[in-house]
Amino acid sequence: MTTLSDPPKQQFRLSMLLYDTRYRSATIQVLAMFGFMLLAAWLISNAAQNLAALGKPISFSFFTESASYDINQRLLEYDSRDTHLRAALIGLLNTLVVAVLGCITATIIGVFVGILRLSSNWLVARIMTVYVEIFRNVPVLLWIVFAMAILIESLPSPRDFRGEDPAATMDMFGTVAITNRGVYIPEPLFTNSLGNLHIFGDSSLRFDISLDLVAVLAVLAASIFAMRKVAARAARIQEETGVRPKTWYIQLGILFVPLLTLLVALGFYLGYPELKGFNFTGGTHLRNSLIALWLALSLYTAAFIAEIVRGGILAISHGQTEAAAALGLRSGRIMRLVVLPQAMRVIIPPMISNYLNLTKNSSLAIAVGYMDITGTLGGITMNQTGRELECVLLLMLVYLAISLCISSVMNWYNKRMKLVER
Amino acid sequence: MGDTHAETVTFVRDTMLPQQEPPLTTVGPIGWMRANLFSGVLNTILTLVSLAFIYYVLSGILPWVFQSVWNANSLTECREIMTATWGDTHGHACWGVIKDRWLQLLYGFYPPYPAYPDANFSAPPDGHWWPAYFRPNLTLILLILALLPVLFSGAPRKLLYLSAAYPFILPWLLWGGAIWVPLLVAAGFGIGYLAFVLISPRLGALSALIAAVVLPLLWWLFAVGPVSGALSSVLDIGIAPVQSRDFGGYMLAIVLGVVAIGCSLPLGVLMALGRQSDLMIVKYLCIGFIEFIRGVPLITLLFVASLLLNYFLPPGTNFDLILRVMIMMTLFAAAYMAEVVRGGLAALPKGQYEGADSLGLNYWQAQRLIIMPQALKISIPGIVSTFIGIFKDTTLVSIIGLFDVIGLASAIRADTAWNGIYWELFAFIGALFFVVCFTMSRYSMYLERKLQTGHR
Amino acid sequence: MKKSVLFGALTVASLAAGAAAAGTLDDVKARGKLNCGVVTGLAGFGAPDANGEWKGFDVAICRAVAAAVLGDASAVEFVPTTGKTRFTALASGEIDLLARNTTWTFSRDVDLKFDFIGVNYYDGQGFLVPKELGVSSAKELDGATVCIQTGTTTELNLADFFRVNNISYEPVPIETNAEGQQQYLAGACDAYTTDASGLAATRAAFEDPSAHVILPEIISKEPLGPLVRHGDNNWGDVVRWTLNALITAEELGVTSTNVSEIASNTENPEIRRLLGTEGTLGEMLGLDNEWAKRAILAGGNYGEVFAQNIGETTPIGLARGLNAQWTDGGLLYAPPFR
Repeated sequence: MTTLSDPPKQQFRLSMLLYDTRYRSATIQVLAMFGFMLLAAWLISNAAQNLAALGKPISFSFFTESASYDINQRLLEYDSRDTHLRAALIGLLNTLVVAVLGCITATIIGVFVGILRLSSNWLVARIMTVYVEIFRNVPVLLWIVFAMAILIESLPSPRDFRGEDPAATMDMFGTVAITNRGVYIPEPLFTNSLGNLHIFGDSSLRFDISLDLVAVLAVLAASIFAMRKVAARAARIQEETGVRPKTWYIQLGILFVPLLTLLVALGFYLGYPELKGFNFTGGTHLRNSLIALWLALSLYTAAFIAEIVRGGILAISHGQTEAAAALGLRSGRIMRLVVLPQAMRVIIPPMISNYLNLTKNSSLAIAVGYMDITGTLGGITMNQTGRELECVLLLMLVYLAISLCISSVMNWYNKRMKLVER
Repeated sequence: MGDTHAETVTFVRDTMLPQQEPPLTTVGPIGWMRANLFSGVLNTILTLVSLAFIYYVLSGILPWVFQSVWNANSLTECREIMTATWGDTHGHACWGVIKDRWLQLLYGFYPPYPAYPDANFSAPPDGHWWPAYFRPNLTLILLILALLPVLFSGAPRKLLYLSAAYPFILPWLLWGGAIWVPLLVAAGFGIGYLAFVLISPRLGALSALIAAVVLPLLWWLFAVGPVSGALSSVLDIGIAPVQSRDFGGYMLAIVLGVVAIGCSLPLGVLMALGRQSDLMIVKYLCIGFIEFIRGVPLITLLFVASLLLNYFLPPGTNFDLILRVMIMMTLFAAAYMAEVVRGGLAALPKGQYEGADSLGLNYWQAQRLIIMPQALKISIPGIVSTFIGIFKDTTLVSIIGLFDVIGLASAIRADTAWNGIYWELFAFIGALFFVVCFTMSRYSMYLERKLQTGHR
Repeated sequence: MKKSVLFGALTVASLAAGAAAAGTLDDVKARGKLNCGVVTGLAGFGAPDANGEWKGFDVAICRAVAAAVLGDASAVEFVPTTGKTRFTALASGEIDLLARNTTWTFSRDVDLKFDFIGVNYYDGQGFLVPKELGVSSAKELDGATVCIQTGTTTELNLADFFRVNNISYEPVPIETNAEGQQQYLAGACDAYTTDASGLAATRAAFEDPSAHVILPEIISKEPLGPLVRHGDNNWGDVVRWTLNALITAEELGVTSTNVSEIASNTENPEIRRLLGTEGTLGEMLGLDNEWAKRAILAGGNYGEVFAQNIGETTPIGLARGLNAQWTDGGLLYAPPFR
């Protein structure tokens, strides 16, 4: 009889790092890390050497210098004496504007087209197929250039509005001017304006908040809150007595009376665009470059979204539609209440990547002269200062940050929409 | 109540009615139209609106396309002809620019007869037997042949040898030079394989793997140059070299797309495996790289290629721009490819992994024999759509000054003869891209359908 | 050159560290090709024709330098550069010479570390407006929409001009001249501003050039010239004196047609020095004595190059103006060859 003894203690040998599966993964990881650091060090030392040879050490001091170029499309106030940093900020906001607008319209068009592609109307379904195929299979850069060219060539120039018998007139009862320089729409103005709130004083990051807008939004928020209270109360009464009290006139009153009072108090009126000198003045000017970029990006991305939506709808089993029809729902309601909510779960993940693509594609704005962050920081600023390394790295960082924000928001939404499995 | 049924009713038909023609409104074209176009008020309105829309679009485009001028050598000439024929210059295309420059739009500045630098398309050299642009055309034909066995399961399997050789044929045919270089580079893979086979029984698989990676690298870096030089001095077989600067036009888009996808495939597979791996550091390095590349627009990566890459290489190194762009596009494609392959890996049932484990296969054997063949097969539609995306994105290189089709269109418009021309060039370019991308997307759909039926 | 260019580049590049330390002149001679940075396409100044042959005023400088250094006017690799990539391409050594209508400014010369070797075209920024607007001076453009090409000094000049004159404007940035032309013609902008030479070229291509006027104001000085990297003075001298040779040749009446004849039988000592029949000017540059003769033969003297590419007989139709010889009241004044 032999007694069980402890297995012989293995002496640690160096070769075990390679052949013992317990240690091997650690070895590989250390090697990978080492290799990565070596590569990074090599790149950085090369860059340092090259920059030293050129006499251009990395420095971000150009950000505080005067940009001395003008930007037409801007959300914040800016003139050519402002710094490069502020120019970059204006560009960043422009990128965000077109990305947000584009995502919204692309979704609307995409869902619409995706549903119409499944329409029982043969002609409509075919037209939508042709639209999807044409837009998906031609580079977005071409579409952007195309959209701009179409706007420029087909719309009247402000010159055509002039004279006794003008070749073009303003639309919507003379309140909207659609020209090949952009669309001029009425803007809200206040006679007793509350003024602006200046934030960050004189720095490059300064911005103004319109107190009028804040007041309107605050009143609106309060009204909606009150409306929901009323609705909740109505629901409670309905639960208790079975009769729902009529509240629609109270709700309307709560929504509109304070708002109208505020607007009257502020002296609200619309400023209409007017042809003065070379251009229309007054009103809000939506520039062609923005519209072209917005249109092209939305239509291009919508073609992809349409396919996703179609795939999502087709993925819902036919039984769901039939069951809904058996309940007596009409086709529009079946789509809205039964099919789309379920299809959403299939649709959202690929939708995220399309939103990201749209945002990234907005960097092609330079093709139509829309001053986004690529046009300011990665364009004129880079050209004028000659600081390619700093500008391009910063540009990538900015886009990375935007992408990460979008994907984290959408992932959060995706989690919320996920089917809770029991 | 013994009465039969027949006696209680006054009339019973005892013959069948002859079958009638279905009403005219439910069959044939009319029936089809009623069912598909005018099935309700809403549908009728939609149909009418669509018809009006189609008429509007076609009435704008068709006259422009067909009432056009083909025989003109400059825009001024075009306008003269238009005024003479139709009385005005608007609403008519001037396709003369395409006729004049289509070769340039397709091939850029690639020499039609590389061996004869002075020859051009209209003045072919004496004593040649091959047609103009023989090399790029042959490369394209071989590309299609090499892709056939990969894309269609019905294609002859022997073509797979061509697919394997193609990565060496493409650069040699396009860039030219001595035949020894691609042969020696291919030999590097042989060396790696030999090293693995010879070393693994003696020193174990891992050292063999390391040797199989390091030896070919050393061979490529230090031996290929001198050996090919020596071989060339003994036996000078080669074709005339072409600078990558001469690449341009639509050919550039195809070359960039094919090279980026081809090179990114192995890279993408490795990164997808890295991302799925249990090794934490490797995993996070892969995730970091993939998410970084996917988070920035391609145009910034092209800025890196054109402006920054030289900073990150040893002082004095000088890649030409097209190679730099190829590198960045490959990295870009690899990140997307990694995600596609990861999707394929995730779609495999867990049983496949467990089955491989139970057979006692190690990690690489399992990947090579069980996982990858299946994962890659499901990923082909994704790979094709990545390719379409990359292919369309090659147009961005015009922004950094390369003469792809769009860059060439700008250059043509800068020529005094064609200054002011616009739609014709872009319509032509759009059509070029549409044809290729549409074909590929159709293929991808066909494949998806095929794969789907396989599962059910 | 029987090596595969691709694999050659890949293997050589990884080992070639430090190889470019030699002077640019030696590099160019060893390579047998001049890498010349040009514009991606600007009518008259540089654009490829249907055969891929580059032609234009700036291109002619490249060809003259190639002829002087390598003896072959076609030994040029043209590298198209954009406003963004041009300086990086030069700084990184991708090109030996940048001849791409680049304005000589302090910061480019000093801060970006380049050497402008002279001026081959004196330009200035102007405005193009339709006649029907009835504008006769740029100062009347208050509130106008102005199309402007980005990536150049023009946007800075424009901002300065309108600020100094305290008038407002709406800039519409555009990427290429062709786009600007399209927007301007469609009336999407009231005025188009760029260098006056570009305006003339643009206007010449219009269906009805007479309906448009170039305003009298020139709001900036734009001395356009070729440039090289800072620090390689020998190479800078070669390019500078090639340009000077073309200018001097015009001044002395030496053209591409009569250069061979004049070289053999002239008694004018300066011509003899220029064409290398007397003295050793070429050797001082590190070239042979016939360098200037070859440069002139490549495309002609300055006047011939001007007339062929952008002169009054071409569609561009530019008058000599400031770019006439100093003897004709222009600014071209080449230092003497002695």
